Amino acid sequence: MKETDIHIERVDWITVLVYFALVIIGWFNIYAAVYDGQAEKSIFDFSINSGKQLVWIGTAIGLIIVIMAADYRLYENLSIILYLIFLALLVVTPFLGKEVNGQILSVGFGDFRIQPGEFAKFATALALAKFMERPTFDLSKTKYQVQAFAVLLFPVVLILLQPDTGTAMVYFSLLVMFYREGLPQSYFVLGFGFIALTLMALGIENNFYLALGIAAVIAILIFLGKRSWQKILVFSLIGIALIAYTYSLDFVVSKLPEHQRNRIMVLFNPDIDPLGVGWNVTQSKIAIGSGGFSGKGYLEGTQTKFDFVPEQHTDFIFCTLGEEFGWIGSLVVIALFVTLLYRLVIMAERQKTRFSRIYGYCALSILLFHFMINIAMTIGLFPVVGIPLPFFSYGGSSLWSFTILLFIFIKMDSSRAMQLGRIS
Amino acid sequence: MNDQRPVVIIIFIFLVGLVLLTKLFLIQVVDDSFIKKAERNAIQRVVDHPYRGLVYDRTGKLLVYNNPIFDLMLVPKEFQVGDTTRFLEIFDITKEQLIESYTAARKYSYVKPSPLIKQISTTDFARIQDYLIDYPGLFIMTRAVRSYPLPIASHAMGYIGEINAGQLERDTAKYYVQGDYVGLSGMERFYEKELRGKKGVKYKMVNVRGVDKGSFKDGEYDTASVAGSNITSTIHLELQRYGEMLMNGKRGSVVAIEPKTGEILAMISAPYYDPNSLTGADFSKNYRALNGDESKPLFNRPIMATYPPGSIFKIVQSLIGLQDGILTPETTFACNKSLVACHNHPSPSDLFGAIRNSCNPYFHQAYRQIINREISSNTFEDTKIGLNDWREKVLKFGLGSPLGVDMTNEKGGSIPSSKLYDKVYGEGHWKYSTIYSLSIGQGEMLVTPLQMANLAAIFANKGYYFTPHLVKSIEGDPNQIPVQYRTKHSVGIDAHHFDLIQNAMAEALYGTANRAVIQDLVIAGKTGTAQNPHGEDHSVFVAFAPKDNPTIAIAVYVENAGWGGRAAASTASLMIEKYIRGEISRPALQEYVLAGNFIY
Repeated sequence: MKETDIHIERVDWITVLVYFALVIIGWFNIYAAVYDGQAEKSIFDFSINSGKQLVWIGTAIGLIIVIMAADYRLYENLSIILYLIFLALLVVTPFLGKEVNGQILSVGFGDFRIQPGEFAKFATALALAKFMERPTFDLSKTKYQVQAFAVLLFPVVLILLQPDTGTAMVYFSLLVMFYREGLPQSYFVLGFGFIALTLMALGIENNFYLALGIAAVIAILIFLGKRSWQKILVFSLIGIALIAYTYSLDFVVSKLPEHQRNRIMVLFNPDIDPLGVGWNVTQSKIAIGSGGFSGKGYLEGTQTKFDFVPEQHTDFIFCTLGEEFGWIGSLVVIALFVTLLYRLVIMAERQKTRFSRIYGYCALSILLFHFMINIAMTIGLFPVVGIPLPFFSYGGSSLWSFTILLFIFIKMDSSRAMQLGRIS
Repeated sequence: MNDQRPVVIIIFIFLVGLVLLTKLFLIQVVDDSFIKKAERNAIQRVVDHPYRGLVYDRTGKLLVYNNPIFDLMLVPKEFQVGDTTRFLEIFDITKEQLIESYTAARKYSYVKPSPLIKQISTTDFARIQDYLIDYPGLFIMTRAVRSYPLPIASHAMGYIGEINAGQLERDTAKYYVQGDYVGLSGMERFYEKELRGKKGVKYKMVNVRGVDKGSFKDGEYDTASVAGSNITSTIHLELQRYGEMLMNGKRGSVVAIEPKTGEILAMISAPYYDPNSLTGADFSKNYRALNGDESKPLFNRPIMATYPPGSIFKIVQSLIGLQDGILTPETTFACNKSLVACHNHPSPSDLFGAIRNSCNPYFHQAYRQIINREISSNTFEDTKIGLNDWREKVLKFGLGSPLGVDMTNEKGGSIPSSKLYDKVYGEGHWKYSTIYSLSIGQGEMLVTPLQMANLAAIFANKGYYFTPHLVKSIEGDPNQIPVQYRTKHSVGIDAHHFDLIQNAMAEALYGTANRAVIQDLVIAGKTGTAQNPHGEDHSVFVAFAPKDNPTIAIAVYVENAGWGGRAAASTASLMIEKYIRGEISRPALQEYVLAGNFIY
């Protein structure tokens, strides 16, 4: 038996099953989203999105076979090259790509188009894994932190130029992987503290109370433990800087492009403009909320089918599910995602090389972020960010990139028996 | 150190799932307001507006029908104007109008349709229809407005328009909503309930653009609309049209009634307007113009203008005198011009002669006897009792208060009672010499042309009338018209007293209104002149014909046309001939009336 053979018995079938369950439920929902009772088109009709998605699913299965059949070492060996290729594609996209709604996301010819921003995710994950697998690589040291962030930052900057804020944000989800790999906890404490402060500054009308709060916290920190003039000076400066930050936020927000500013403001007050900016969230919540406990029944939804929810087959596909299958349907799908993500942690932890563990956590981070943010935005917990729900949303690039991202790791996991002694 | 980190990550994953499911539980299961919001979104309550009833003339010809008009609707979210100049050209609007409508639509809703151009005519619709495909976010909504095959009978038919705030408030049954069309005047208003039908409701599923996606639950909750009742009017289209032609360029009224039924055959108010101008897109503009017009084309003279009845009232005096036994056919009075002015005629005359010659002193003396019956020895008191008794008898002729025609805003005119004179002269300070003008239909007395036509019908019927009305049958059923139009009113005068009156009126034609005579068709008529302190007197004529079996009673008022024997009598005669014979044998007389030079 050759080393490159597929180890069927070692494939994590639970993950594969969950994957197919999500893809198939997604496919049925795409049909429901475009279903028109008067047109009587079959789910297999290639003129509608469900038919097209079936093609994407078929080709995704082909991709899976190729990924599983290839040598597991291939991904490690190709990691840097793939990363550079997709960086190059991202560089040329703004010049060669096709503009849709002010964004240039895809390159290709005719109907065959790919979005390099989607595929760059797994390429970046591979590159990071390769880059960080050295035994000497220590994320508690500033030098390595800078290096790791640099690998991350190149695609982010290029994607921001498209501009595609949503996809760029996804890359920061890799902080979860950094956390697992030893990025100091204090970074996260400070980071979450900063985010909380930012949200409060945006949400609270009068920044004066926030400033008082900051001053109080700083004062407590100063009087705890040893007091020295240096410490008082540093802490006071930090406090002043934070207060200045909260006040400057309003100014920064006012300078943002209108569509981004509105997305932020709607989060705090969705009723600001229910027919305008708040339309997406308002309608999305109506669709999901009207589903009730057990839903209106398959193909019986009125809100998504009749176009009240924009982008219903892509970013807002969860609305169709919520409306037609109710809370029970939401529970099933969320349970599937949680199972998948939980499974990925378990699988990542059992890897014998640092490379495949890092890659596993990268896949986990990206999927977790998409799952969390996408559903949160449809129910008004997060500003509207144009990112798809993995395996669910309509679209070839999205389905392919998530499939590749996941199955490369499933392949690594199934070959872990051969990866002896490389883990540190 | 990193050992507990995977656990933290797992906890985080489960926490995310829990938070999402909790929030979903809150909006899906706990909060049920979204269900209603979803229904409001996708289930549209569409009011099915019934077709308003049609109106036919008494011969079955169409007077009023419904015409589809088209509103061009705009959905801001989808709207793309492209080449603005071309757009403005196709849809025939100015840039300012486009900007204004678009701004209003955008303000109302980004995704729901608002009107861009209201009430596009069928011709314009045909023109723009082909271009609509080039403009996403534009579509056509159809409605119906009133339309008139002939531009006649505008006052009688009335018009419809958007319901106003006051009407909405009075609509306790809550049938109407803002923007509904209701009858605002004439028959349209009086028969609003019959004509409007009953609204239906359909529950439709619609998509975000309001495009129909089929009925909700297969129409389980739908109710069908009921079309308005078709009404057959009493109006005789040809007679009405002919009358309007004769009255063209003049001011005045013509009212023709079928005496036996009270059905109004023609009702002309001049100057008139084209009823089609008060429909569709230009309603407001045209209404403002008509309302501001000095000749008052909206003023419905037959029921709203009041004049002293003049000499024609002498017939009423004669009938009251005869009934009271104060006058007999043989009663004679001298033509004493010292009492009141008169023209030269044989004197003294009996009642017949007095009517034929319209002798003023005769009625001055006769009226004194009607009023002063020596019931009281005090002459002031006696006059007061006499006046009030007399007034009661006059009111029975349908004078002095609104008859109750099936139109709105009818005026009643006035017949004075003792109260009026008490107020003006003081109690006990007036007697017959104060009020004698009433004897010849002058003084403190006002009547409408409709009342005068009704008076002619009373003369023709020998003592009774049906309240004049415009509707012959509803949905073909004459018993559906309001009961008050099927009730006979007696004026309290015995029929035999009318023989002398009718004969005198027929005879009078040869004396005072030679022009009105028609070969082999006996017309009974009486001229009158309504005094006008502001200018030339108004020409008045009432008549009925044929004398022995009357089928038409008519009153004609031509303002500022002088003596009744010319303008009014000629017009009445032509109308009678047109109605009875169907054609005009005297083109010269017609020319005379059309030319309209009556003062010479």
